[in-house]
Amino acid sequence: MTKILTRYGDGSAVELTESELMEDLIAGTEDAAERGNIPAMTQDEMDHLADIFKCTHRVVGVDPGYECVLSYDGAPIKMLRTNVTSDRITALQIYEKLMGADTLEMGFVDYSYKPIKPILTFEEPLMEQALLTTTAPIMYGAQPNLGRYSQPDGPFPNPAELMPMGKIKEAQESYELAVDEAVKDMVDVASSMYESGVDCILLDTVGAAGDADALAGLRTAEILREKYPDIGIEMGMAGEFVLGMHGALEYEGVRLAGLYNHQMLELAQKAGVNIFGTVMNTSTTESTPWNLARAVTFTKACSDIADIPIHANIGMGVGGVTVHDHTPIDVTSRASKALVELCNLDGL
Amino acid sequence: MRAAGDLVARMQISQGMRLVEAKAYVAKKLGVAVKDLTDPIIMTEVRTDLRLGTLHAGARSAKGIEAKHNIADLLDIDINCVRNFRKNTGK
Repeated sequence: MTKILTRYGDGSAVELTESELMEDLIAGTEDAAERGNIPAMTQDEMDHLADIFKCTHRVVGVDPGYECVLSYDGAPIKMLRTNVTSDRITALQIYEKLMGADTLEMGFVDYSYKPIKPILTFEEPLMEQALLTTTAPIMYGAQPNLGRYSQPDGPFPNPAELMPMGKIKEAQESYELAVDEAVKDMVDVASSMYESGVDCILLDTVGAAGDADALAGLRTAEILREKYPDIGIEMGMAGEFVLGMHGALEYEGVRLAGLYNHQMLELAQKAGVNIFGTVMNTSTTESTPWNLARAVTFTKACSDIADIPIHANIGMGVGGVTVHDHTPIDVTSRASKALVELCNLDGL
Repeated sequence: MRAAGDLVARMQISQGMRLVEAKAYVAKKLGVAVKDLTDPIIMTEVRTDLRLGTLHAGARSAKGIEAKHNIADLLDIDINCVRNFRKNTGK
């Protein structure tokens, strides 16, 4: 019997029989469908996904016609983090002129909006120079990162310390104050970069600190859209659902705690976002077929209802890809092909 | 930049167009078929002719902000930094 070579979510290799493959695909899609209250994959979709796993080629690619736009997470930061000594403009030129990137992303090494505000006088001219020497659209990206606003790193009492003491109301008030302050910082930074000529503001890893973090991202998008009607705004999620760290925060009358990506997408569209970045978490103890079936099911729920482009995050620990810094190409290429073809994605 | 991904991305970013619509829009503006948008041979020729910038732009070819002026005109969109450039040069 033919064995299908694949991996667990932690990257370790595993061989599956065809029946084991189908069992994992069914379990993965049913898990997503149940959690998100969304449709599971159809039999045809599961057969297509099974074919992608049964293909013995080391690397696979999308069928002609499915080619989509590619973006890159924190491009210059990745260069510096991997010990490539390059200033940020050079890094962007390498992405554009050597790697053929469709889009570029400028980001500061501390990928959070708050610490960028005091150094805007250095970020603005750098962005303006980058825009002179490159052709592809440039995004400026950072995170709301609400953790930056609680003590000892920020001005407000730490909700993670208040909650174990039973001070729930105080913790909620601290989150609310942090949202207001984060929105001010994000709007200031985004406004400066827009006025320096950037093509798109990337509100990245939204919801990382829970529902307050998500609210900060949505409010920022809404303010920016009103202030600059033609600004490009991408919102990328931090995880597959919003953690209810506050629990009672709402946007447009919708409680944010527990929202899955397809529900956040609807709010992001209302807030004026142009591109939405989905994130589906990978389980290290389940197989890639299980993880990918789950990611496809969740992502398709977004793509099916979207009025704006959907760019799925695919990489270390998200989008069905293994939780490992050096992602195996057999998994990344299958995850890319599956998500693009089955979800009619607009970008990765 | 090897083909037309940056142009399609511009329509997503500036207009919120989904992929199929963005590809069709760009192909029409370039005067090519949608399937040509991902062909680096065809697109290098088209981009060179229309001065839209190429992956390995040679001497005297349109590059950087020069190419973005032509992209803004061809795609009939405002490009933020091109608008700033024109404002600062009085063009």
